[in-house]
Amino acid sequence: MSRHTPEMECRLAVVGTGMAGLSAALFAARRGIDTVLVGMTGPLVFSSGLLDLMGVHPLEEGRVREDPWEAVAEVRRDHPDHPYARLDPADMRKAMDEMVAFLGENGLEYRLDPHRNQQVVTALGTLKVTYGVPATMMDGARALRRKDPGLIVGFEGLKGFSSRQVAEALGASWPALRSCTVALVPSGTEVFSQQIAERLATPQGRKDWIEAVRPRLGDARVVGLPAVCGVYDGGAAFRAMREELGLPLFEIPTMPPTLTGLRLKALFEQHLPSCGIRCRFQQKVLKASMDGSKGLLLECGVEEPVLRVRCRGAVLATGRFFGRGLRADRKEVVEPLFQLPLHQPEGREQWHRRDFFHPAGHPVNRAGVVVDDLFRPVDAKGAPVVPGLFAAGSILAHQDWMRMKCGAGLAIATAYGAVQGSLRWLDR
Amino acid sequence: MIVGGGVTGVGLARDLALRGVRCVVVEKEDVAAGASGGNHGLLHSGARYIGSDPDAARECREENEVLKRLAPHCIEDTGGLFVAMPGDDESYVADFPSRCQRCGISVEPLPVAEAREREPSLSPEIVAAYAVADATIDPFRLALDNMAHARTLGARLLTRTQVAQFVFQGNRIATVKLTNTRTGDETTCTPDIVVNAAGAWAGKVAGLAGLHLPMVFSKGSMVISQERWTRRVVNRLRLAADGDIVVPGGTVSILGTTSVRVPSPDGVSPEIDEVDAIIDECSLMVPALATARYIRAYCGVRPLIEQGAQGDDRNVSRGYVLADHEGSGVANLITITGGKLTTFRLMAEKAADLVCRRLGVEEPCRTRREPLPESSEGRWSEAGRGARLWAKEADPGDSLLCECEMVPRSAVDDLVATLRDQKEGPVLPAIGLRSRVGKGPCQGNFCSQRITAHLYHRREVHEKEGIDGMIEFLQERWHGKRPLLWGQSLVQYEFQEALHCGLFGLELHAGRRRSEEGSP
Repeated sequence: MSRHTPEMECRLAVVGTGMAGLSAALFAARRGIDTVLVGMTGPLVFSSGLLDLMGVHPLEEGRVREDPWEAVAEVRRDHPDHPYARLDPADMRKAMDEMVAFLGENGLEYRLDPHRNQQVVTALGTLKVTYGVPATMMDGARALRRKDPGLIVGFEGLKGFSSRQVAEALGASWPALRSCTVALVPSGTEVFSQQIAERLATPQGRKDWIEAVRPRLGDARVVGLPAVCGVYDGGAAFRAMREELGLPLFEIPTMPPTLTGLRLKALFEQHLPSCGIRCRFQQKVLKASMDGSKGLLLECGVEEPVLRVRCRGAVLATGRFFGRGLRADRKEVVEPLFQLPLHQPEGREQWHRRDFFHPAGHPVNRAGVVVDDLFRPVDAKGAPVVPGLFAAGSILAHQDWMRMKCGAGLAIATAYGAVQGSLRWLDR
Repeated sequence: MIVGGGVTGVGLARDLALRGVRCVVVEKEDVAAGASGGNHGLLHSGARYIGSDPDAARECREENEVLKRLAPHCIEDTGGLFVAMPGDDESYVADFPSRCQRCGISVEPLPVAEAREREPSLSPEIVAAYAVADATIDPFRLALDNMAHARTLGARLLTRTQVAQFVFQGNRIATVKLTNTRTGDETTCTPDIVVNAAGAWAGKVAGLAGLHLPMVFSKGSMVISQERWTRRVVNRLRLAADGDIVVPGGTVSILGTTSVRVPSPDGVSPEIDEVDAIIDECSLMVPALATARYIRAYCGVRPLIEQGAQGDDRNVSRGYVLADHEGSGVANLITITGGKLTTFRLMAEKAADLVCRRLGVEEPCRTRREPLPESSEGRWSEAGRGARLWAKEADPGDSLLCECEMVPRSAVDDLVATLRDQKEGPVLPAIGLRSRVGKGPCQGNFCSQRITAHLYHRREVHEKEGIDGMIEFLQERWHGKRPLLWGQSLVQYEFQEALHCGLFGLELHAGRRRSEEGSP
């Protein structure tokens, strides 16, 4: 890196642009902290758009929970190391509400019942337990509860989605469900979600779709389709389709890359900068070091550093293996940016169970950064290791977001906790 | 009746069918599901066995030539190298050419520099090199083509069918009771002769007839790299040991093997310490393997007959055993087991000769001269071939369901039709066995649902069948992936878990299934 590499100074840098990093940047900026956000937003397209809080506890029993907050309370009691145990549930609620409000204000409305998880129909024909549901998916959760007669509509040529699969596999829990497949493109041609979404964004495309669906409706009182109702239009295409059809309508989360993820990506890329956050969405932090006694120095770029960020404090929200926040070789798991001490199982033999679907989950998925109540990474003795550094999201140890169904909640609530910790550090 | 749909059993079915003997193959799982599919697909020149088993080495050399002539579509004639590393037994290296010659195995000494020119990924440390006539063979295709040919000649195949009981009349097996392992349905069959070709399970089958076969179970594990690192088979020039062979297989390389005594041929998996040992050893010969990306590990159980030898199971003969049980009081039972992939045809020939003598059939063996016809079923199992066929036929409506290995919808439809024809359910695990589906870097992450959706769409599966098939398929892939989860592979698998458990909740579905079946 040359001496002329551009520099930015800020009070807080947020490293990572998954749900945790985006939340941390938002919470920090709204609390008056001068914030820089660095990370590649590409992987957001893998998001289902569902906001989980706590869905399954205890894992060994595979118990799907109806009341997420009751489950949170039990997790805090049963797993005192879980990051949720470091948060005040009242703060967790505030954090979730604040994020849901932000998404709604910017055209991505969510529906949630503060005391009840929702069951959402997936593209596989399984049910997914979650907390906050995009408004475009809510009619499905309601109709499922009432077992309303319904019709699932697939698209000719769309790989990985079969309306018949959804109806067949859900048969036992939703018997009054039928399926059909309509063609928006000439039969025998492969078609992608985004192409369908573009067609459905036009009045003619919607008219064609409704004309194809109407004769198949029969007694259906609700209609479901894969998540293809517009890309990022504030829900306009969806509302128009619902109105023109005259029936409740719902989207079904599909295989990634998804439009639900693309909507989140577009929203954050468009609206975080207007919150006063200086965003570097196409770069990542390649190297981190102490910047004398003043704070931290982050070198950012894609392959080679092209920007230095000097900050008083930083929130590390780089995710796990998929996000490159953790890295594994044949011997151990490491945190590559700050070489933080990690909680991890002893040796590869202990990382994964022999049964992929073992209800208790794989021990390596609970490996990660251990933090204190201020979300500062700590060593085995509980002492903070990097002054000014906080951690949030899935990189944290002692949780299994995939099995507990707590991914978004973990990201948003621990981001809130890390920002609270940062505020204290910056206000010293 | 032939018990066992491994390559020996289906080879025997073809041999007998060519001689006009009506036969049925009874297989408890699927074609080539045991050691026939669980090996590195090496067509031995014989040079690997010159030290431990010269007779087996000679048989390998002969069969190598026969198969190259008669089943070329299953074979890539890669040639092979034997290379010595510093510290390897010097007298073994020095005696290698003369020992090969004694077994009739042609061997060409190569200057080290030339060996490295032919195989640039070889280590600069190698101290000696010889070229031999090793080749690679696609064992799935070989087995499927043998069975397909046998079927056109009137033989039948019953997969998912297990022998439950032999019912005797005097000293003869009069009736064989069979159970379908999926449905539990029972049927009976009244064969004139029963041939036990059950490989590692031969002892179990013999046991049903009240006989004792002293079997030894030797597990061998292998690792598949994402890229093909050598053009030829590369062997370590020493007595066979762990991690001493790198076999190309289409677009990948297969590193092998280990030899671990196991108490039973069931429920075995490649283990982490085996995988690490294989990679460490093989990367001495091909250094790039130390940091290569690996996509899958797998294992097979060698069916060996104990001959009182102790210690390393590699010293137990790789030669086959053909036993006529008439002398032990069962007049119409024959066992053929042991041996190796390379000599499967010879084993089938010898067993068929015995069967024909007993049945009074005088037709001679024809598999030694008659080419093996190519079947449509076998053609999707070769790495890279699906892509070539797809590109050649270039139908825009024929989308790729497995993008890593380029398996198009038409290939899946083809396989479904074949499976239907064989009374086999068109479920994902059976499609996976017959194609490259799920064998690429994503290991079934995307194609499992794409194919499942396609099967539902075509009404091939109903209710939860498709989901159950997907769970079984992903679990099977998992056994091969678990020992290899570091670096990029762990990244890929975390994504798989986020998708299939995090979003789709398949672990909860699997849990409910388990509790419905009443097991913990």
